[in-house]
Amino acid sequence: MKTTSTTSPILSARGLHHSFGPTQALRGIDLDVQAGEVLAVMGPSGSGKSTLLHCLAGVFIPDAGAVTYRPPGRSGLEISALRESKRARLRLTDFGFVFQFGQLLPELSAVDNVSIPLLLAGTRRPEAMRRSSELLERLELDGLGARLPGELSGGQAQRVAVARALVTAPAVLFADEPTGSLDSLASENVLTLMLEFVRETGTTVVMITHDARTAAYADREVIVRDGDIAAGYRVTA
Amino acid sequence: MNNSLTLLGLLNREPSYGYDLKHSYDRYFGTGKALAFGQVYSTLARMVRDELIRALGEETGAGPDRKKYEITGAGEDKVHEWLFTPDVPSENLQSNLFAKTVIALLLGNDAEQLLDLQRSEHMARMRELTRLKQEGDLLQILMCDHGLFHIEADLRWIDLTGARLTQLKKELQSA
Repeated sequence: MKTTSTTSPILSARGLHHSFGPTQALRGIDLDVQAGEVLAVMGPSGSGKSTLLHCLAGVFIPDAGAVTYRPPGRSGLEISALRESKRARLRLTDFGFVFQFGQLLPELSAVDNVSIPLLLAGTRRPEAMRRSSELLERLELDGLGARLPGELSGGQAQRVAVARALVTAPAVLFADEPTGSLDSLASENVLTLMLEFVRETGTTVVMITHDARTAAYADREVIVRDGDIAAGYRVTA
Repeated sequence: MNNSLTLLGLLNREPSYGYDLKHSYDRYFGTGKALAFGQVYSTLARMVRDELIRALGEETGAGPDRKKYEITGAGEDKVHEWLFTPDVPSENLQSNLFAKTVIALLLGNDAEQLLDLQRSEHMARMRELTRLKQEGDLLQILMCDHGLFHIEADLRWIDLTGARLTQLKKELQSA
């Protein structure tokens, strides 16, 4: 059950503490995520899973401790020491995000939704549209690019959200209950397509889920309990 | 799963050799646990004795696999009854894990660790079944789904029990 690091982790958290007022959400978490691995983060509601994900992704700065990001072929960065503008840039260029309820912009078509991160990163519109359409096709949404989110099924809309998260070819995909709002079959479809893609591209995935069947798509799982990684799941190296 | 009735059900399609029955069984139900030939032939012998099937005669120089079997009227009734009698839900209240958890708490051992170890084992099996699903045809997918949902039920029990350990320990100590 214990995992030993054999390669250099792409993300490392050491001694993370974070509180919301009097509530201690994280109590000294250490965690390594290896490049290219799909990690499921499980645990009861309120255990600190989402806070951990937000700290790893540079959305929150932990009260104490450090998060280090080591992108392949580049020097390591201590995310938790970066200014907000630099963290925002990193989130745009290196990280992708999928949430439980896709959070697509309802007034934009599927392909426009997918192209947003590319446009924000400075890609020219024709190129952004081409790459977005290609990815939609890869996620079996060909022919649906012009539809508004409200004209798609739950599973289709969530695949659009996955495409939007992956269109910039992020090094790390953060997914918070990515299929939590879908039925079993739609969930399986989204996970299969998403995981096929990330395994092909070597994208690292950190996926929060309370659902064991979803976690079973990952390479390994860790359990967060009372703001820390449960004893048997701690990294030994 | 009742292997005898499953074999009888397969034989209900058409007369078959034991060898072919075993392969049909493995094809539909044998993922990760193929039937042994010995088990097939002993089951067939028992069903002949119980007049659920009959042998259609042996071919010259025959080993057991050269014998063809067909289902009898009683056998067809048995299959029908099996198919349309719902199974009693099994609650497994005396499962080994339940016993281990209680004993661990009574002995002052780390029951949470025990549950975590079991969770990890269950998750490893779920990953294995999930991989099999991705490589398999629809029949194999259904079989794996069945396994996955059952393991998931255990995991939910493990999670809930984990959340109740402190309370459970108090109750056991005061009992």
